[in-house]
Amino acid sequence: MRYAMVIDTLKCVGCSDCVVACQTENDVPIGFCRDWITETVNGSYPNLDLELKSERCNHCDNAPCVRCCPTGASHIGDGGIVLVTANECIGCGACIESCPYDARYQHPDGYVDKCTFCHHRLEKGQLPACVSVCPTKCMYFGDLDNPNSEVSQLLKNRKHKTLAPEAGTNPHVFYLI
Amino acid sequence: MTTSRRKFIKISALGLGAVAASTTAINMFGSNSTIDELVKKNVSKKFKRTATYCEVCFWKCAAWTYTNEDGEIKKIIGNEDDSHCYGRLCPRGTGGVGMYNDEDRLRTPLIRTTVNGEQTFRKASWNEALDLIASKFKGIKETYGAEAVALIKHGAPGSHLEHLFKAFGSDTIAEPAYAQCRGPRETGFNLTFGSWVGSPEPTDIRDTKCLVLIGSHIGENMHNSQVQEMSDAIDNGATIITVDPRLSTAASKSKFWLAIKPATDIALMLSWMNVLIEESIYDKEYINKYATGFDELKKHVSQFTPEWAYGITTIKPEVIRETARAMANAAPSVIIHPGRHVVWYGDDSQRARAVAILNALLGSWGRRGGFYFKEAAKVPNFPAPAYPEPKWGWKEIGEKYPLAQMGITTEVMKCALPDKNNKFPVKALMVAGTNITKAIPNKKLLEDAIDALDFMVVVDTMPMDVTGYADVILPECTYLERYDDIRSATNREPSIAVRIPAVEPKYESKPAWWMAKQIGERLGLGDYFNYDDFKEVIEWQLKEMGTSLEEMEKIGVKNYPRKSGPMYLNEDETYHFPTDNGKIHLYSQELKDLGFDPLPNYTKHPEPPQGFYRLNYGRAPMHTFSRTVNNPNLNDLKKENDLWVNPKVARIIGLKSGQEVWLKNQDDIISSFSIKVRVTERVRWDSVYMVHGFGHQNKKLTRANGKGINDTELISKVFTDPIMGGTGMRGNFVAIITENPYKNTEI
Repeated sequence: MRYAMVIDTLKCVGCSDCVVACQTENDVPIGFCRDWITETVNGSYPNLDLELKSERCNHCDNAPCVRCCPTGASHIGDGGIVLVTANECIGCGACIESCPYDARYQHPDGYVDKCTFCHHRLEKGQLPACVSVCPTKCMYFGDLDNPNSEVSQLLKNRKHKTLAPEAGTNPHVFYLI
Repeated sequence: MTTSRRKFIKISALGLGAVAASTTAINMFGSNSTIDELVKKNVSKKFKRTATYCEVCFWKCAAWTYTNEDGEIKKIIGNEDDSHCYGRLCPRGTGGVGMYNDEDRLRTPLIRTTVNGEQTFRKASWNEALDLIASKFKGIKETYGAEAVALIKHGAPGSHLEHLFKAFGSDTIAEPAYAQCRGPRETGFNLTFGSWVGSPEPTDIRDTKCLVLIGSHIGENMHNSQVQEMSDAIDNGATIITVDPRLSTAASKSKFWLAIKPATDIALMLSWMNVLIEESIYDKEYINKYATGFDELKKHVSQFTPEWAYGITTIKPEVIRETARAMANAAPSVIIHPGRHVVWYGDDSQRARAVAILNALLGSWGRRGGFYFKEAAKVPNFPAPAYPEPKWGWKEIGEKYPLAQMGITTEVMKCALPDKNNKFPVKALMVAGTNITKAIPNKKLLEDAIDALDFMVVVDTMPMDVTGYADVILPECTYLERYDDIRSATNREPSIAVRIPAVEPKYESKPAWWMAKQIGERLGLGDYFNYDDFKEVIEWQLKEMGTSLEEMEKIGVKNYPRKSGPMYLNEDETYHFPTDNGKIHLYSQELKDLGFDPLPNYTKHPEPPQGFYRLNYGRAPMHTFSRTVNNPNLNDLKKENDLWVNPKVARIIGLKSGQEVWLKNQDDIISSFSIKVRVTERVRWDSVYMVHGFGHQNKKLTRANGKGINDTELISKVFTDPIMGGTGMRGNFVAIITENPYKNTEI
């Protein structure tokens, strides 16, 4: 089992529903977020390209946050999900600095928090909150180890990219372009 | 009220308790727990779900409110059986939780009072506030007639109060949703096809092969099912053509983005008609069978070649031809979207006519992938006596606009201005569920009219700016805390949805149905409110419709089979369009008889003078106009609007992204607050753009106050549509001020 998320930038409208759904599902305090929207504009008027996309922890195979964690709070769980064990986290912030995606934040209660791919929902057979709410259905989630899964098929058939490939992190959030 | 000037009250109200401690930063697992325990806890979480439909915008998506074991609202999730949302709410619907949690909510009734020469609000009991309203309404009725009490409304609270007003004998009722929003398109389509577009629009986007957005911003407006269907259309390989001076989100997803010069849409559409007819690629069979006036149209548009339009729109002739052919290739599965907020330049009904005529030429009305024939479930009226017949109302007030089909808010407000010759004096006003200071342009007119009123009541959940003008403020509870009318809206299949309270109303807030009933009873209109709880009304209605509240509590949404016939035209049968002769009117004799152009014409609109830029405004997907800006969840996503400025303009003026500027319009009106510049190629050099709804004046909106600019206050020039009274708002120009104009003044 290797979980991955695939996001179709051709459909994303950048509405931020994924951000609110994550907040209400995971009790993320107001003022913080586990996922967010970015906008990139290239070209000059009127020959322009606009890319909108939802970003979050990339659940890397080679995760710098896990490597640099002094207590082992940051770890890789089942299905390749990168997690933080709150009571082992001393809030030193090394992982926040090491993440090339800026995906982690210091929770007001003193530990570092981030996207969990909503693994509490996965256990119930539900999709992550962001995926299940997205009004454009631009987000897909599944098992990359299964060649027939929707995510595997999309990556097989569609042009795609990952973020900061130069960091060598082997990220598991993919963007269809 | 005896106060000399109804001053806008910006200060904190006296008599209000300290703001309750912030309830954010919910600690859902103690610092000793582990994430694994969190998983277990989350997995085992017990939620109760309660059926509702959303009130954060007018799309009214059906949803489930999830409350935890402590009775707290935790999340709101779309109802999968609902064709407004297909189980997926938009960010505002998901963030509806914040509307309930917002600690700035109105908590008690408030009454305007003067303390030490200063006007302020004081806390009042419901009885005192309601008694005061009833006695004021009674007094005005005795002197001027019930008609002199006007209602400006929106949404669910509006309909309860409309019932009260009609029972009282007043039909002086209007809503910004008409003359400040979608009125022109309803009139334009009605003149052409004999029916309104209505809401949700019956656009068959999921099956379309070509979607043309001209002044429509799907994706920035989160009209939920349309956003979802546009995404389906992208998956299906549909051609999207977007006409917009700005690179909108939709434009970025389009095969063709036509970066049109603002205010020239009609010229482009006339040239599209020209191409469709000259190249004989319109739907001849459809036109022959269903339409009249083709010869007049053909003659009319023969002069409007793409070369002619190029000089006006800046769209190249070959692009005009190519896009017209793309539409014809897709026809009849093509949609020229009617748009929604379409009050721009005063010729908006004619612009909507051009949209309608194009759809007719492509044969899309009544065709799969075009426009389907919508159907709504009929909800029976709860038994009540007939309404009395008012001597005058919105119709008479708007009589100089012959095709106005609803009340025109600005005309109703003008009736409040002191004028001895005014046949329709408005003396008292109730505003419910709409923040008119941000919805209605021409602030001076609005303030003068409000100032001349004898009495004003505002019903809202939040201390919106409009509450600052009220004599009495009534705190409404949110949609999550009340029963409301059954939602029945036009769609592919008829459906109903119910709104059931998930929690008790917070503070002393109350539902609008309760306010209407309480005021009604004080006015001797108890017969119109023959129930103790609105629940009884919907119970009765649901029973009449063959279901029950018990069933609806479980399913939230009920879909019914169609009764009105097929969703699309049956080519083997004759079809009578609901016009006078059963045909689509390409040429409008009705307009001709009223002295208007029977076919649309392009009119040149004023252009910005040197140093000024056209002020364009629009939507952000996480906000519904001004009403959500203070919502903690949604404010977290976007706290203020920014001013989009083309890099060329930025270079000339010397602006940088993030720089604070003020705006001054052509009438020397200066924005109350500053706005941050966003230098972007997405906007033209002749215009600036901002998202509507920001720049709140009321300090009681602690998150929204003073953040960004309220575009409406800069819209002092209004281009009124002579056909239906729509208030065109896109012809205002602004200069960018880099020095703080309030440096030496206290505001």
